[in-house]
Amino acid sequence: MGGLGHFLEDEGVPTVQISLVREHTEAMKPPRALWVPFMLGRPLGVPEDADFQKRVLRSALALLERPSGPVLDDYPEEAPEVVVEDEGWVCPIAFNREEDVSLAERLRREVQQYRTWYDLHVEKRGRTSVGVSGLDLETLSAFLAEYAEGGDAPSPNPDVGAARLLRLSVDDLKTFFFEAAGAQPGAASPKQLNEWFWTSTSAGEAIIKLWRQVKDSTDKDFKRLSVLIVPREWLPKEG
Amino acid sequence: MVRLIDIPEETRPHVANAPCPVYEGNPYVAGPPLAMRRVAIISTAGLQRRDDRPYAFDADDYRIIPGDTPPGDIVMSHISSNYDRSGFQQDYNIAFPLDRLREMATDGEIGSVADYHYSFMGSTHPDQLEGTARHLAGLLKGDGVDAVVLLPV
Repeated sequence: MGGLGHFLEDEGVPTVQISLVREHTEAMKPPRALWVPFMLGRPLGVPEDADFQKRVLRSALALLERPSGPVLDDYPEEAPEVVVEDEGWVCPIAFNREEDVSLAERLRREVQQYRTWYDLHVEKRGRTSVGVSGLDLETLSAFLAEYAEGGDAPSPNPDVGAARLLRLSVDDLKTFFFEAAGAQPGAASPKQLNEWFWTSTSAGEAIIKLWRQVKDSTDKDFKRLSVLIVPREWLPKEG
Repeated sequence: MVRLIDIPEETRPHVANAPCPVYEGNPYVAGPPLAMRRVAIISTAGLQRRDDRPYAFDADDYRIIPGDTPPGDIVMSHISSNYDRSGFQQDYNIAFPLDRLREMATDGEIGSVADYHYSFMGSTHPDQLEGTARHLAGLLKGDGVDAVVLLPV
């Protein structure tokens, strides 16, 4: 990020950046930066709070009028904690892990079960972030389950290699479940959503199994996948 | 909420040790008052339109997000899984505040909003983006842009 500011400014285009990791910005010294005390993934601080977002943006843009730099200012306002009504938030749909049912079949059933909540999310928000893989949910679920169980079916999209398509399929599956769960009654924090996803869904189980399959792969793209699909804090501890 | 110390301990060293190249000189360009500037967003969240080709691993190219892209077509395909996406799923403005810029233009706080915005894949080493960024500067000037908001994720 700091590099982009430097290069653009060097070509005559004024820039200001939001900084999430102050230490990086201190080291790279971009022309103008506003450090914000928000979690990674939320540079404007709070979703669905236009006033909050605008205060952050206004503070950043104001740095463009500083006469000289580099400038690194700190934004003073913390993002409010996500208010959780019930500390023990439990996703209303819980699944029993039936050992005699294949992972692919359990995943298929879960996707089917969650579809109605996902549809509600799309209806409420008017948008979805699902769709980076270009595959429908059924196809990408089957593709992921196949590799999670040690198979090596060809990529359903011949233009995108299997490893890259698996990464995109993981994104779509996670996004589908997060959006569906987010549409259910009650508020859940990002941490609670993650805990639910990684410890109690077949989707989380499939992605962790995929991690086990690729972590020692000799193929560099599959090996690479192993550090990209499960957040580090949810990796099995033996890893 | 999050300072380096607040990032989960499994991820903290990876963030702390990310490459931070230092560049010679401190370019710093003046411009007109904010109320007269034309503003573009450049994100490093791996944003794209849904039907765009996906970013490759270590992609050093960018995706164009025209200002009139329907909100439902803006998706995120960053390769890292170590940051929150639930905020973006609720409201894309948290990482791509196009609606906020439009409001500020309507209120006269900024001059106008650019026709084209851009995204890179933020996990790519900064040095790899130099050629593309310098090329992009020419396109931004062509769009009349004299203020870029750079947004990480």
